[in-house]
Amino acid sequence: MSDFLKNHFELLGLAPRFEINNAELDQSYRKIQAEVHPDKFVAGTSTERMQSMQWATQANEAYRTLKNPTARARYLLHLQGVDTEEENNTAMPAEFLMLQMEWREKTEEASHDKDIGALDAMLKEMLSKSAELQADLQTALDQEQAWQTAAEIVRKLSFIDKIRYDVEHEITKLED
Amino acid sequence: MAYSDKVLDHYENPRNVGSLDKNDPTVGTGMVGAPACGDVMKLQIKVNESGIIEDAKFKTYGCGSAIASSSLVTEWIKGKSLDQVMEIKNSDIAEELALPPVKIHCSVLAEDAIRAAVADLKAKQGIKDEQVA
Repeated sequence: MSDFLKNHFELLGLAPRFEINNAELDQSYRKIQAEVHPDKFVAGTSTERMQSMQWATQANEAYRTLKNPTARARYLLHLQGVDTEEENNTAMPAEFLMLQMEWREKTEEASHDKDIGALDAMLKEMLSKSAELQADLQTALDQEQAWQTAAEIVRKLSFIDKIRYDVEHEITKLED
Repeated sequence: MAYSDKVLDHYENPRNVGSLDKNDPTVGTGMVGAPACGDVMKLQIKVNESGIIEDAKFKTYGCGSAIASSSLVTEWIKGKSLDQVMEIKNSDIAEELALPPVKIHCSVLAEDAIRAAVADLKAKQGIKDEQVA
């Protein structure tokens, strides 16, 4: 039934590219889920039940990875044998770090003032920066095969994903 | 996860928080960041005529361990030469603060911040590595 050696793209029947068709990804995932849903194997042998479970888990993992742009780029680099060094590469362009610091300061201020409007505005700014970086990623990965450039963009997106999450969390907290 | 007493002490009473004038030729600024956790650290050093660090300031956005690591290194580097501070290892910081393995990257960030600040200062002053005694 399953081929555990397939990578996430192969599993979901997509070309290994950064630019993907989200509708196609969703559709392909739903199809696999329907085929391997553990409920379909309740009458099967224990081996079949276990395989369907593993297969469903693998499909979940593949979908989650490909759905998220940062994770998708990280995975594409992983397939190329390139480590994104998010754990140990601390050298980022100074202006990018300045921007991160500025965002952190503003978030702190806005949270302190319980200013949801200001937090929303920051979120917008972060999303637009993310979109810009994702466009750069597409060029680096799909057109130029510039793996190191792509790895640096992934590190930047990793920062932005984190602060976005924190700001969203703060907004939810204030809205409650 | 519980923080050690030393981490809590630096976290609650951080030493040397603030900024120095980054345009001052005797000030070196090091900015580093940890993508995995989103921490950002700025460390600034000011040297006197004999090349000794007479002041240090930091600003860190991150977890308690990252703040404690940067606070601790500002204490350690004051009164030392550039060469001496380059010898500070992240393992010294981690050991002093009793950081658990998952927080070792915070001490790495602090070590990298020192290196970045020293490199910035040397570049500013046009010092080549071998000339710093």
